[in-house]
Amino acid sequence: MSANPQAIRAKFWTPGVLVMAFFMAAGAVTVLARFIGGIGYVSNLSTARPWGIWIGIDVASGVALAAGGFTTAFLAHILGRHYYEPVIRPALLTAMLGYTFVVLGLIVDIGRSWAIWKPLVYWNPHSVLFEVAMCVMFYLNVLYIEFLPILVEQFKGRVKMPGPLAALDGVAENLLGLADRILPRIMWFFIIAGVVLSCMHQSSLGSLMLIAPTKLHPLWYTPILPLLFLVSAVTVGYPMVVFETTLATASLKLDPEMKILSPLTRITIFLLGTYLALKIGDMVIRGTYVYLLDGTAQTNAFLVEMICGIIIPWIMLLSPAVRRSRRRLFIACALIVGGVLLNRINVFVVGYRPPVSENYYFPSISEMLITIGFISGLMFLYRFIATYLPVLNRPGQEVSA
Amino acid sequence: MELNRRVFLKCIGAAGAGVAGAATDSTAVHAWESRAPADPLGCLVDLNRCIGCRKCEQACQTVNKLPQPEQPFDDLTVLDKKRRPDERAYTVVNRYYPGRRDERDQLVPTFVKVQCMHCQDPACASACIVGALTKKENGAVYYDISKCIGCRYCMVACPFEIPAYEYHNPVTPRVMKCTFCYERVENEGKLPGCVGICPVEAMTFGRRSNLLKIAKKRIESDPGSYVNHVYGEHEAGGTSWLYISGVPFDRVGFIQVPHRPLTELAETIQSSLFSYLWSPIVLFGMLGGIMRAFGGKSDRDINHKGEES
Repeated sequence: MSANPQAIRAKFWTPGVLVMAFFMAAGAVTVLARFIGGIGYVSNLSTARPWGIWIGIDVASGVALAAGGFTTAFLAHILGRHYYEPVIRPALLTAMLGYTFVVLGLIVDIGRSWAIWKPLVYWNPHSVLFEVAMCVMFYLNVLYIEFLPILVEQFKGRVKMPGPLAALDGVAENLLGLADRILPRIMWFFIIAGVVLSCMHQSSLGSLMLIAPTKLHPLWYTPILPLLFLVSAVTVGYPMVVFETTLATASLKLDPEMKILSPLTRITIFLLGTYLALKIGDMVIRGTYVYLLDGTAQTNAFLVEMICGIIIPWIMLLSPAVRRSRRRLFIACALIVGGVLLNRINVFVVGYRPPVSENYYFPSISEMLITIGFISGLMFLYRFIATYLPVLNRPGQEVSA
Repeated sequence: MELNRRVFLKCIGAAGAGVAGAATDSTAVHAWESRAPADPLGCLVDLNRCIGCRKCEQACQTVNKLPQPEQPFDDLTVLDKKRRPDERAYTVVNRYYPGRRDERDQLVPTFVKVQCMHCQDPACASACIVGALTKKENGAVYYDISKCIGCRYCMVACPFEIPAYEYHNPVTPRVMKCTFCYERVENEGKLPGCVGICPVEAMTFGRRSNLLKIAKKRIESDPGSYVNHVYGEHEAGGTSWLYISGVPFDRVGFIQVPHRPLTELAETIQSSLFSYLWSPIVLFGMLGGIMRAFGGKSDRDINHKGEES
């Protein structure tokens, strides 16, 4: 066993956590305002611009950046590369929290939050969104199931609930024991299902905009948009693991895990290169390079996405020195993560041009507060769970292959 | 553990059978087909006839019990600004000066009534996650509030930017758009509110095929007064509302829309990838095979330290 995950049990209320708590509180107040005054009270959304950053960042980017979960599960559990196991649990935790916050973001964004269950009853198989919603729902549950063994490991034989709840200790122990016996036998099914569900909805998120050919800017509107979404999600998986593991290990003063992170990004050279080739090939075949120098906001956003988000980090990763350096590898991976984030924002927000109204949209402060509040909440929970559950590798632990 | 292995093998076998089944079924993945009603009701708007009296707006407000507008309907200064249908008004009339002049050299206005076009293959209905929007046999694109969750994908999908949203209702907001007076037409046999009130018969209500004949006849019999284009005959794959005009449509606020139904590409991709869930089943089988070949027993026991070491 190469991994030795342990609860960190470091001091929890650090200044950074307090800042997160502050943004969470600000976000919570804004969410309250949204449910009292309506979406229109807090956002700049309109008839012409029905989707803003809540969809572009909280939902679409949230799903893309949670791709570390299924890509690492594929690597370690399906390909059997146990060497990478130390990063599995952090990636799983990121994915689980990411999808949880995708759903929370949706609850804020949809007008009738209390009706969020209705797609379970009223099906529209023609709707891309219906398929995405079903996959996200099932996958969220798969992630929770994949996370259960961590709870079992922490609490089995040690359940001690406070006060009157102590009466339930026996019941909880029995449940944990049951989970411990059953989960190992069925986990293979959920691991494969998780990868399948991810491939389905990661690509279908791109299909969402295919119904709006007159609205999405031609630099992004392409019939291969679902393929681009899938490839970029698979590509960003490992860089996201590097990004998030480096942040966590640096902030919690743990082993940076470079022995694992460096080889993990070798495959990224190939994946990112494929993504780059697809993007450029698509641009050449459809002739959309004619827009490249027209100086509009859309074109500039596209150029930043391509150059800073794909080309620069790709060239960086080609160098073994970069892959060995913790700082430079982090920068390269952060650029890739930023590039995919920007791509989703471009597809859903920047590149969206209403044909009649030419309505200008910029997110309101309240929209941003809710988004920032959710991101802070995600980071807060990550730290909380890593502090009290065995997720991250123990500090100073020798990592053996 | 042996049981576990057997279950695993059985499932992989089932997945393999699924693969084989899907391969033979691949012929069942049909080319995209329109689900448009054969001959729905529609409405032909003759922009040469409209005088911009806004009676249709008023009738719409009354029939659909919409809120009173800030300025009364007989206040024609409203026309000084271009408006769009919104959550308080299903239809609006706009005034354009496309450059035509009368004998006294005065600019001649053209009035354009805007509302939901009631597409034959509506993008909003294809997009709707719960099927709250549907194309009815009589032509109306009908909205069923009891299913709606408020995701607003219909608004993203609509090429004409029609559906509006009650953004200021915190709990029970609705998508607001022209209903083609569905219940009034279907159950009471009446005309839509706007059509019934029009004092100059700028709107003709009837079967879409008949309306197309009427439209073409009017254009043919007076080619000097009309441009040779029925807006809505082919736009977005055809719409139930049709327009004919004396001035080019792009000068009076009409946008260019693809002539193929907007639903075609997304629905084709979705159905070829996911009909009978063949691709997820194949993928599941393949991953199961890989897992079995490379993973070994311990792989199924991941996340579980006890049994692995």
